[in-house]
Amino acid sequence: MTSTTRIVNGKVYDPANNIDGEIRDICIKDGRIVESVPDDARRIDAQGMVIMPGGVDIHCHIAGPKVNAGRKLMPEDHKLDPHPETAFTRSGSGGVVPSTFATGYRYATLGYTTAMEAAVPPLSARHTLEELDDTPVIDKGFYVLLGNNIFLQQLIKEGRQDEFRQAVAWWVNSANAYTAKLVNPGADELWKGKGNSNIKDIDEKNDDISPRQIIEAFVTTVNDLGFPHPVHIHCNNLGHSGNYKTTLETMRTAGDKRLHVAHIQFHSYGGEAGKNPTSKAAEIIEYVNQHPNITCDIGQVMFGKATIMTADAPLAYVLRGFTKNKWINADTECESGCGILPFTYQEHVYTHTMQWAIGLEMFLLSEDPWRVILSTDHPNGGSFMNYPKLIRLLMDNSFRKEEMGLVNQKAIAKTALNDLDREYTLNEIAIITRAGPARALGLKNKGHLGTDADADITIYDEMENKEMMFNAPRYVIKSGQEIIADHEFRGDHNGKLLHITPAYDEKIEEVIQPFFENYYSIEFDNYEVDDSYLHDHEVIQTTQSQS
Amino acid sequence: MSENIQTIKNATCTFCGCVCDDIDLTVDMDENRITKAKRACTLGRAWFAEHVIDEDRPTAMIDGKEVSFDEAVEEAAQVLTKAKFPIIYGLSDTTTEAQRQAVAIADYMHGTIDSTSSVCHGPTGMAYQGVGESTMTLGEVKNRADLVIFWGCNPAEAHPRLFTRYAVTTKGMFVPKGKKDRTIVLVDVRKTASSPVANINIRVKPGKDFEMIWALRALIKGKKIDPSIEEVTGVSLEALQDLSERMKNCNYGVVFFGMGLTMARGRHFNVGALFSLATDLNEHTHFVVRPARGHGNVTGIDQVITWSTGYPFGVNFNLGYPRFNPGEFTTVDTLCSGAADAAMFIASDPASNFPKAAIEQMKRIPVISLDPKQTITSSLAHVAFTTSVYGINTTGTVYRMDDVPIPLKPAFDSPFPSDEEILTAIKNRVFELTIAKRGASDTREKMQVA
Repeated sequence: MTSTTRIVNGKVYDPANNIDGEIRDICIKDGRIVESVPDDARRIDAQGMVIMPGGVDIHCHIAGPKVNAGRKLMPEDHKLDPHPETAFTRSGSGGVVPSTFATGYRYATLGYTTAMEAAVPPLSARHTLEELDDTPVIDKGFYVLLGNNIFLQQLIKEGRQDEFRQAVAWWVNSANAYTAKLVNPGADELWKGKGNSNIKDIDEKNDDISPRQIIEAFVTTVNDLGFPHPVHIHCNNLGHSGNYKTTLETMRTAGDKRLHVAHIQFHSYGGEAGKNPTSKAAEIIEYVNQHPNITCDIGQVMFGKATIMTADAPLAYVLRGFTKNKWINADTECESGCGILPFTYQEHVYTHTMQWAIGLEMFLLSEDPWRVILSTDHPNGGSFMNYPKLIRLLMDNSFRKEEMGLVNQKAIAKTALNDLDREYTLNEIAIITRAGPARALGLKNKGHLGTDADADITIYDEMENKEMMFNAPRYVIKSGQEIIADHEFRGDHNGKLLHITPAYDEKIEEVIQPFFENYYSIEFDNYEVDDSYLHDHEVIQTTQSQS
Repeated sequence: MSENIQTIKNATCTFCGCVCDDIDLTVDMDENRITKAKRACTLGRAWFAEHVIDEDRPTAMIDGKEVSFDEAVEEAAQVLTKAKFPIIYGLSDTTTEAQRQAVAIADYMHGTIDSTSSVCHGPTGMAYQGVGESTMTLGEVKNRADLVIFWGCNPAEAHPRLFTRYAVTTKGMFVPKGKKDRTIVLVDVRKTASSPVANINIRVKPGKDFEMIWALRALIKGKKIDPSIEEVTGVSLEALQDLSERMKNCNYGVVFFGMGLTMARGRHFNVGALFSLATDLNEHTHFVVRPARGHGNVTGIDQVITWSTGYPFGVNFNLGYPRFNPGEFTTVDTLCSGAADAAMFIASDPASNFPKAAIEQMKRIPVISLDPKQTITSSLAHVAFTTSVYGINTTGTVYRMDDVPIPLKPAFDSPFPSDEEILTAIKNRVFELTIAKRGASDTREKMQVA
């Protein structure tokens, strides 16, 4: 059955196609946007409404073993926020780490239709794919953790560049991932094997390898392989005062090659290690502004409940030392560490206010919204359900100033926030939540409303209060299917997996297998994830894809 | 023996939570029988050898009479949707693909779902919710652990290859000499078949695990303990001090524990104390802990219920969203209280091991059973399905005791449907039958709009 729809009378914000608030028709046929549809097509009257492409979350934690560990950890949080079924949709639990079903539906209720899980050990790829298949509505993919992979580090140390390149391609393929993720590269061994310590400097060598060598090797290789999204890095020293130097050095290490710096707010702190942080937002964002090869997402902190969940296990342990709260550590053999704990950002706390302010400073000092993307590093900086409030903070200077009055004034006084009066436009919001992340991900059919784009569309009532506006789209259309109409669920949709299949020489398996047999606890044969886990999926092309 | 022999390399054994995936199976394809399971332990060999197809058994029965698959699905869906408090239980010996369908049924029918966790490591889940857990995959133990403690568990009889493949004799990256590089400690109330493997055997008084763990926590925090601790726990202060020093000074320490902690007096308090002990030890060294889970995919059902609902077991959907309350929504309780008025048991035989009052209730209410073989539960079932066996006849996923997902490689076909096929069919029918009840009252109208 052919389904066709014409959306009329709405104000369209489609920055990728240079459309900034024009009234124009959007036509949909068979899940894609087309030039025109017959007159008898179903019509949606969007009079008084704003039309945008569906939102794209470039960095969040929504599926896989650490997310599920975080879910299981917090019954008290779920209990306060049940997610009831509707006639069309499954029930679930909300809170900071919602169940898979609630996650998909809640992204939809914000007008988001694509989200990328940002950190998965290859050994847990199957688990992640199973959860993503139970995460409805949105299209999704994940980044695979390779920055502490013991075997890959051996190849780097031994200068076996070609084999390294083949192995990276093999690993991304075997997991069905979207790109390579580095988290606190080179630090796992210190955590697991040397009494819970951590790396302090990008040039500090541990077992004859430094973070910088790992970063260089991955940035070069992933650029050579032509992944649609570059290396996605969580830099060393996250959260530590004075870490902005590490962040600058990390970006410099990439030279002019592409690099995505995740939750950059957490990496923009001045001051001395162990003491209160100061803001280095200006220094970091200046580097980003000047270097078009760098993309980043902010990782904005929002006051209230959050959950720290990260492959950066030593960081989670440092935070656990502050809160003394329940804590999870989970080591994955040869591949990764992981730390999880509940966390609350509080207005009166100097450091928390500083983090909040630094994120806002970075948004407001950004000169290229295409490369400075909205995120809360859900759930680390707060739930993705905070996005509407964050959008209002960016679009509404007087609201921002009111909120600034409610937080730690000593911290605010040390930032430039008082002097920043910039207000984001709807067009800029459409860039940092849709067009920008889609472009940074290399998703040519997402983040815009041009011909052949995926018909992932959000229609908001235009309102003065932008938090209210972005909290409740009137219509959400996913792949041409009406999921939400008049603010209510009218259908369900499974969404598809987005992944890449970079080319590699199969001989690399003979190189990897002996290591595997000695040091892994599962068989090499049973490691690679087969197609039965992919369900509905789309391969995004690399410049060197497997045929 | 026929000529038609096939071998399957690196097949996965789902008998216990070790989920060893290095088993080479020799399969007689004419007789539909596994004749050899290389590298499997005694338990695994029996698991593979025992599964033969009983062609005479019907795929589906209602009240003991053979019916078609469709009739049985219809009856099951009718029973479940007509009940006020239908329960689903079992699920620890089936694939996650089947488990996901079971959760969907519970959700659609506003029923209750629970797994065998509620009678084994349920308290572990509750302790986890309370204090968290420092843990690892089994490969980390293999590669790094120089202190391995088994507490209230008996791997020699329950998880034989935990010793050889993962935790004791196996050689790893930083423990190249295997057992010689490790210190093995066993804490139990009695001598067991596992005792000989340990360098240090500690005999704790029954029911005094909590006190012993708490004393260790105190010692590790540098507090003084009175020598009278020996009268309480049966373990001398010197032995406790020695163990606490070993724990603090190892490079990578691990505790595996079993139902000696979870099903003894103290339950989740015991496990919470142990988790806290492991957390405390991370101030001194790297320390982890892991329940030695029993059934092949009991870890998977915890994962699946958690990702679907936010809670690991004992979940009720009566109000149209999940609620968790062990003691109320756990299966022994829903049966003994008489609340359950229909039950579906999947890959589990509760009628053989539940309390008498629970079994009496099973006899009073309509029961649906899914099992490869005739069991006491399937014998009292109103609707009984004969299923194929996961890992022997079907593909799918199981989660090892350390949460690592492992794929299955079936050995031979079965004429019987898989749990997943049966549950998917029931789910689809339950979905249809419950549309009117779910969501808002104008549901049907909306359906037509969409």
